[in-house]
Amino acid sequence: MHDILSSFALALSLIAGGDAELWRIVALSLEVSLASAVFACALGLPLGGLVAVREFPGRRVVIVALNALLGLPSVVVGLVVYLLLSRAGPLGSLGILFTPRAIVLAQTLLVLPIVAALARQFVEDAWHEYREQLTSLGVSAVRAVPTLLWDLRYSLLTVVLAGFGRAASEVGAVMIVGGNIDGVTRVMTTAIALETSKGDLPLALGLGVILLSMVLALNAAAYAIREWSARHHG
Amino acid sequence: MEQVVARALSRLSFAWIAASVVAAVLLASSPSTPAQDFITVASTTSTEQSGLFKHLLPEARKATGIEVRVVAVGTGQALDMGRRGDADVVFVHDLVAEERFLAEGWGVKRYPVMYNDFVIVGPKSDPAGAKGNDVIAALKKIAAAQAPFASRADNSGTHAAELRYWKMAGIEPARMNPKAAWYRETGSGMGPTLNTASGMNAYALADRGTWLSFKNRGELVILVEGDTKLFNQYGVMLVNPAKHPHVKKELGQKFIDWIVSPAGQATIAAYKIEGEQLFFPNYKPQG
Amino acid sequence: MASAPLFPLEARGLTVVLGGHTAIERIDFVLDAGARIAVLGPNGAGKSVLLRVLHGLIAPSAGEVLWAGSAARARDQAMVFQRPVMLRRSALANVEFALAMNGVRGPERRARARDAIERVGLSSLAARSARVLSGGEQQRLALARAWSLRPRVIFLDEPTASLDPAAASEVERVIGEIHAAGTAIVMTTHHLGLARRVADEIVFLHEGRLTERTAVERFFNAPQSPEAARFLKGELPWNKSSPEPSAD
Repeated sequence: MHDILSSFALALSLIAGGDAELWRIVALSLEVSLASAVFACALGLPLGGLVAVREFPGRRVVIVALNALLGLPSVVVGLVVYLLLSRAGPLGSLGILFTPRAIVLAQTLLVLPIVAALARQFVEDAWHEYREQLTSLGVSAVRAVPTLLWDLRYSLLTVVLAGFGRAASEVGAVMIVGGNIDGVTRVMTTAIALETSKGDLPLALGLGVILLSMVLALNAAAYAIREWSARHHG
Repeated sequence: MEQVVARALSRLSFAWIAASVVAAVLLASSPSTPAQDFITVASTTSTEQSGLFKHLLPEARKATGIEVRVVAVGTGQALDMGRRGDADVVFVHDLVAEERFLAEGWGVKRYPVMYNDFVIVGPKSDPAGAKGNDVIAALKKIAAAQAPFASRADNSGTHAAELRYWKMAGIEPARMNPKAAWYRETGSGMGPTLNTASGMNAYALADRGTWLSFKNRGELVILVEGDTKLFNQYGVMLVNPAKHPHVKKELGQKFIDWIVSPAGQATIAAYKIEGEQLFFPNYKPQG
Repeated sequence: MASAPLFPLEARGLTVVLGGHTAIERIDFVLDAGARIAVLGPNGAGKSVLLRVLHGLIAPSAGEVLWAGSAARARDQAMVFQRPVMLRRSALANVEFALAMNGVRGPERRARARDAIERVGLSSLAARSARVLSGGEQQRLALARAWSLRPRVIFLDEPTASLDPAAASEVERVIGEIHAAGTAIVMTTHHLGLARRVADEIVFLHEGRLTERTAVERFFNAPQSPEAARFLKGELPWNKSSPEPSAD
C-alpha cells in the first residue's frame, strides 16, 4: 500500500517537475495512439458500416471473424508487422522498422477489428431503426452508411476512445516493432515495462498513473460531449 | 443560444475530426527519420538496463556526430536482428554465438570491447549455503538443497553463460526429465527474472550492471562473486554489408572505431553506480 | 421528372407473407391522380403492410404493383411513417437531406426546404435539432420532408397516432394542404373522424383481405361488408390507445 501511495506522489512530482524527457514520451504516446485510432476509424467505421447494412455471401463469416479478431494477441500482431517490416521481409525496403510509423502500423492493425466490430454493432442497430425511413427517402444501403455514421457520431466517439485506449495501453507489439529506442520509439507503455525490468516499481507505477490520467482525461471529455449531445440532439 | 452552441459544437467536432485526420496523415507521411546520421544497434538488456548506454551514447554523439538508436533484447535475439538486417551493429556478450555469427558471414569483424562480471544473487539467509567465490561449487550446493533458482531461459548471453556453468557443475537442470521443480525458467529478460527471484526468494545468475541498477531487491543479496569464470566479455560487430547492402557501414564502423578508441574506452570505464565501476574496457588493438 | 406518367397506380393480386403469416392476400386496387383514400380496418388487418408494398418498401410475395403500367418503382411518391425517424441534425437539415438524396442541389435545395418547413408552420424551429422536437412537431416535420420532394402520391401511416388533439388537428390541416396542392393521399388511421374529414373513399381491410371500397359518406352510413359493419359498431378489436381528437 505504501508503494502505491508513493507511486502517486512520484507521479505528481513527475508531472509537476515538467521533465522534458517524460513529456516527450507522453507526447509520442498520444501522437502514435491518436494516429492509430484515426487510421483505424477511417478504415474500420466504413467497413463496420458496410458489413452492417449489406447482405453478401460470407457476411456471417466476416462478422464472426471480426469479433474473433477482438481477442487478437498483440504480440502476434507485433511479430507479423515485425516480419513484414524487417529488412528481410516483404516491406523491408521501406526501412520503417523501429520508427514511430511502425508503431502506428501495428497499433492500427490492433485497433481496426475493435473499431469495425463495434461500428458494425452500432450501425446495425441503427439501421434497424432507420432502414424504412431512409429507403423511403431513396437512400441505398451503401449510401446510408455515411449518414448513419454521422448520425451516430456521438455514440461512435466511444468506439474511437476504445480504439485509442487499446492503442495507448498496448505494449507487446510496440516493444517488438518500435524497439523501445530511447528518444525515438519509447512510449509510456514500453517505458513502464523498462522501469519494471529495472525493478524500479514505484517509477513504473508512477508512469502508469500518468498514462491512466491521460486516458481518463480523454474519456471525461468524450463523456461530456456525449452528455451534451444527448441533451441537445436527442 | 442553444442553437448557437449546438452549431458551434457540431462544427467543432467536424473540425476536430478533420484536424485529427490531417494530423495523422502528416505524421504518417512526414519523414519520421529526418536525419540519416543514425545507426541502429542491437544490444542486450544488460547494457541498456544498467544505464551504460545512457552514459555512453551522448558522448559517442559528441565525438562522432552519430545518433545511436539502441534496441535492447537478449543476445540471441540481437544477433538474429543482425541476421535479418534490422541492425547495423550488434553489441552482445556470448562468445560462442558471436563466433558462429561471424562464421556464417553475418558479421564483418568482432571487436572484444569490454567485460563485466556475473554474480549469483540469492536470499540473505542463503538456505543452500552457496556463499563464496566459486560459482561451480555454489551451483552444486543449490542443486543439492533443491533451493529455488530462477533462470532467464531466453537464449540471452546471460542464459548461455548460466547453462555453461551448470554443465561444468555436472548438473543440467534444464535438461532433466521431468524438469526439476526448484529450477524456474522465467523466459524473460534480466530485470523481470530478478523481479521473479525477488518475489520467491530464489537464487539467480545476474550481470553486475543490471543488479546494481536494480531497485526491487527484496531479500536478495550478492552471494557469489569474484570467480574468474564469471567474467563476461562483450563484443561489438558491424553487420556484413555484403549480406545486407543497406547497412550503414561507414557510420557503423565509425561508431565501433570510437568505442574501441582510448576516448571510448575511457568513457566506458568512467561509468559508475554508487561509486562502483560496472564495465571494464579491455580492447587491445591487435585483438 | 414531374412529367413522367405515374397514374393509375394499380395493385394486382397483392399477397405478402411475412414470416409464415399472410399479412395481405390477393388485394386488387386502383388509385388515380388526386385521390384521397383512407385505409381502415382492425388491428392486424394488414393496413401498414399494404402501404409499404405500394410504396415499394416490401416486395410482394405474389401479385404486382404497377405505376402507369410499369413495374418500376416510381420516384414521385413519399411516405410518412407512424413514428418518423429524424436524423440528429436540425429540422431544416433533415428536409435538405431528403432533397439532397433526391438530386436537388444548390440554392434550390435550401429554398425548397425552407418553403416546406414554412408550410407546416415550423419556421421558428427550423434550426432546432429535429430529435428534440415534440411528437406533433416531428410528425409535421416528416410531412414537410415528404412534401418537399413534391410527390404526386403520399402514403401516411397513422399520421395522428399518439398525438394530442392540438397536434393532431395541426397535422390534419397540413394533410389538407398537401391534398389541395394536387397530391393523392393514401392514409391508414384509427381516427374515424380524421378519415371522414380527409378522405373521399374508404378502403376496408379485414384479415389481410380488401372487403370493400366505398365512398366515405356511404361507408359510414351503410357499410357494404359485414366486417366493416361490425368494425363500425366497435365489435372488432382495434387500438383505442389513441383517441379521437374530438373525444378528448
